[in-house]
Amino acid sequence: MTGHVLEFLGETKRELGPVGTAEGHWRTGRDAAGVLWLVLDKQDTSTNTISEDVIRELDSHITAAEADLPAAVVIRSAKDAGFAAGADIASFEAMTDDGAVKLLKQAHDVLDRIAALTCPTICIVHGAALGAGFELALACDYRITVAGASFGFPEVQLGLHPGLGGTFRLPALIGATDAMTMMLTGKTAHTKRAKSQGLADVIVEERHAAAAVAAVVDGKIDKHAPSIASRAFGLDQARSLAARQMRKETEKKAPQQHYPAPHALIDLWEDHGDDPDAMQKAEIESFATLLKSDTSQNLRRVFFLRQKLKDAGRGDDDIAHVHVIGAGAMGTEIAAAAAIKGKIVTLGDVETAPLGRAIKKVVQICKDKHLTGIETRDALDRLMPDPKGYGLARADLVIEAATETQDLKEKIYKGLEGKLKKGAILATNTSSLSIDDLAAFAPTQDDFAGLHFFNPVSRIDLVEVIKGTATSDKTAQRLAAFCGAIGKLPVTVANYPGFVVNRALVPYMLEAMVLMDEGVSKEVIDTAALRFGMPMGPVALADQVGLDVGLHVAESLSTSLDKPMPPISDDLRAKVKDGKLGKKSGTGFYDWSDGTPRPDADLDDAPADLTDRLILPMLNACVEILREGVVETEDQIDGAMIFATGWAPFRGGPMHYARTRGINEVTEALKALERDHGPRFAPDEGWSSLA
Amino acid sequence: MTTHQKQRVFLVDGARTPFLKARSGPGPFTPVDLAVQCGRPLLARQPFDRAALDLVILGCVNVIADEMNPARVASLRLGLPEETVAFSTQINCGSGMQSLDTAYRYIQSGSHQMILAGGAEALSHAPLTLRSSAVEWFGRMNAAKGPMDQAKAMAGIRPDFFKPVVGLERGLTDPITTLSMGQTAEILAHRFRIDRNTADTYAMQSHHRLADAQNDGRLDDEVMPAFDRDGTVYDHDDGVRPDSDMEGLAKPKPVFEPPYGQVTAGNSSQITDGASWCILASQKAVDLHGLEPLAEITDSEWAGLDPSIMGLGPVLASTPILQRHNMAKDDVDLWELNEAFAAQVLSCLAAWNDDDFCREVLGYDAAFGRIDRDKLNVDGGAISLGHPVGTSGNRIVLHLAKAMKQRGAKRGIATECIGGGLGGAMLLEAVV
Repeated sequence: MTGHVLEFLGETKRELGPVGTAEGHWRTGRDAAGVLWLVLDKQDTSTNTISEDVIRELDSHITAAEADLPAAVVIRSAKDAGFAAGADIASFEAMTDDGAVKLLKQAHDVLDRIAALTCPTICIVHGAALGAGFELALACDYRITVAGASFGFPEVQLGLHPGLGGTFRLPALIGATDAMTMMLTGKTAHTKRAKSQGLADVIVEERHAAAAVAAVVDGKIDKHAPSIASRAFGLDQARSLAARQMRKETEKKAPQQHYPAPHALIDLWEDHGDDPDAMQKAEIESFATLLKSDTSQNLRRVFFLRQKLKDAGRGDDDIAHVHVIGAGAMGTEIAAAAAIKGKIVTLGDVETAPLGRAIKKVVQICKDKHLTGIETRDALDRLMPDPKGYGLARADLVIEAATETQDLKEKIYKGLEGKLKKGAILATNTSSLSIDDLAAFAPTQDDFAGLHFFNPVSRIDLVEVIKGTATSDKTAQRLAAFCGAIGKLPVTVANYPGFVVNRALVPYMLEAMVLMDEGVSKEVIDTAALRFGMPMGPVALADQVGLDVGLHVAESLSTSLDKPMPPISDDLRAKVKDGKLGKKSGTGFYDWSDGTPRPDADLDDAPADLTDRLILPMLNACVEILREGVVETEDQIDGAMIFATGWAPFRGGPMHYARTRGINEVTEALKALERDHGPRFAPDEGWSSLA
Repeated sequence: MTTHQKQRVFLVDGARTPFLKARSGPGPFTPVDLAVQCGRPLLARQPFDRAALDLVILGCVNVIADEMNPARVASLRLGLPEETVAFSTQINCGSGMQSLDTAYRYIQSGSHQMILAGGAEALSHAPLTLRSSAVEWFGRMNAAKGPMDQAKAMAGIRPDFFKPVVGLERGLTDPITTLSMGQTAEILAHRFRIDRNTADTYAMQSHHRLADAQNDGRLDDEVMPAFDRDGTVYDHDDGVRPDSDMEGLAKPKPVFEPPYGQVTAGNSSQITDGASWCILASQKAVDLHGLEPLAEITDSEWAGLDPSIMGLGPVLASTPILQRHNMAKDDVDLWELNEAFAAQVLSCLAAWNDDDFCREVLGYDAAFGRIDRDKLNVDGGAISLGHPVGTSGNRIVLHLAKAMKQRGAKRGIATECIGGGLGGAMLLEAVV
């Protein structure tokens, strides 16, 4: 609702007690009841993070409170964005030497003193309280939770575990089982769950926050009592047993070799779970160690890569209505993504049956995203199946997601002549055709571009915005902003065979098929890739993408690139001919009836250069993409590969991996492969300018 | 009396859902769901923005608890601005026409320029309600304090409390005369000597005409496919029986007054879910947005009569219009007379063709004349399509406008009988 009356009335004012203007990052004041309000309002940013400065200033405010004990202390945030997003990740870089331990100890000391205050300490949480922000909330006696708030420890995603007391304060509050699950998975607990777990003492609307504080001060709200069941974990044997189970589960998702942090956390808990003081000391040491690990450094890099892509998607897209042509799998998912994020969507198809199936699929996507009944209804209301194409004339953006043939797309574009709104963008979701070739048939060339989503759209965040030769800057910018508006990460690329992601991935999949022809089993091949850290082996990936789609892209790349590609295997052609298309038809190279195959083969007899044969052609393609100016920076390539394919994130992306391993070493390895297996491995000339 | 310059009112476009026969249990759509299903494509094909609509009016008889004031719920779900006022109308089977008539008069008065007026009904969702004795018992249970009191209250429970009252059945029974709607048709059949064979013949034609209209694409711009959450697509009025014949129609027994009655399930309207919208606009709005009206609405009328003969409502409501405009039988090119029951439609025709009736009741000198079957309900009616009560009045006006355009007709009347003893009628004229 955006009516002018509500707009005039504005948002509910946040209850900040009697605080004055900011002195540093905090605003403070004591109210008539003697309650001290400490309001975090970090300077020069819209989101609070717990930086060194924030802690230092908090230290002095707590010192003052110790000297003149208030009736209670309230800690909250003044920001619309929520309580606090966690530690200042950028500052981690400066902390990777031994100074980390010292800084951590200082911060721990401040939180320990909050916990030790003899007056009630109350944290009011609205929005997200993450990482160090969550830990600050945990140091308080009470958490008053404004509806919509959430708590979480996303540290594992950065190769870390909680480092500001979370490892011992959270289990003490909600029990070890729930606490370890939260810390190991990084999943957030939303308001309701936070209440049932005991993180939240009360849930209130913002307009009743002050009344809730008064209720705490008057002793009308009971403190959450830690669960009795978790006392069993005071016994070493019980913890050891549970830890073994946790390690087993964790190893499946995050092997220790690549992701040490969750395993370190389990060790901490097993060793010190019955002794908070020992746990605190060990947490500080372990956190400082992890901070220096390659995994954490690379995962922090991934965090910033995401931020950069997100930044590229900011701005006004000036797109209210999207018309999608083609209710196939991609068209449906694109339509769903846009409708869920508030766009008016018309989904066009000449037949009504696929439109019916599309609606069913959208219902499923809403369910998978845990949308409420009302949210689902609204998304479905915004998404209109449009067999007559009424939406074309109203749309600000038309996304063509028809079958991948040049002829069909040409025909569709010709049919759009004179039908689109002035200034409307026409974008194609093609994965293999040339944007410049298609542009010739678009109603207006400067309003035409590629918008390449990946399957499944609901799970893959990256979108390639392909700026053809004739595409205007404004069109490319609006498309990037559109991606941002529907929660996707755009990377703007030039027109090039396979764009970025498919150009790099196709050799990976084709090489796997050559290896199979040589007699190496698909399980061995995929295991090698998984152990390198790829989320899926190349053979399983080909099956997932669909062998017909893969073959089409491979053929298109093989003909349009100057470079030799691995030969397309006869087996692949035969499978496509027989209709064994992979996951979607039930079988391809694998049988998919039992879900996604995750082979774990013995690699003792595997060819020594197996992993390099799979991985290095991707790096080689990335260097070619960079040299050809398809993207501007190595970071864009790394971001694209990680967020489109899940490319070993703990390695920081293919270009970062190449730099870590050494440009010369990679070039030499490619030369060796070229000698042994042919010219398709010849290092790209672009390597020389990187060294 | 002050006379204001009356604004001309145009019906510029309209669309409806397929009418879906109520089968076992509630259908896939609520009244507002249906209104959204057909409202979206209708609005999507307009050259103007949703904000150009001044008002939303929706007729609905069986409002469900989650959709109080269905017009407002539909308006917001269709993405109209929150500033746009929306209200619902209820005059039983006339609700969807009442919405149009209200819109017509508002625009005529100059207070509004463009109005979305519709009807929506999901008879398959008609509520089951608890008996009032059960509601009282439930209240006592809730008020009971302490276990003793509760036990005492509990003891008052009777098995028939849980025998629900079928809302639909009650809704189709006249509350004044306690006659069912079917019985009022039996009364007319008896008075006007409509026999079973004539009624069945009429019903068969209704099915054949609808089937022809569907096959020839005459409903393509009118009926918008509806899509449910299971992926099912509803793209046509599914009560139609293209192969309907006299042998089949002879089989069903009289439902309302067995064993000697005339009215059967086969020659009555069907129980259906469906919604319909029309957009009415002033000359100013037509010019501003460059609209191409289907027809102009030039008159409307409502009439009341004894509830037991409510089926004659169309005669009572249409005649004053005919008389005001000095229109003889041949001056009306097309008629949409809602087919509540074949016997009821045929009784209306018989009344207009009866010298005594026309003289004594309608004030004519002689019979108005027999309305030509070729001008009446040319593309079928509620017997083949179904009769979602709050929607039908809207549908007949919409279809009349479309059919007039398709056939180059100059003048047409859409009229309906209304349970409770009322009738409604609208006069449409081609835009020249």
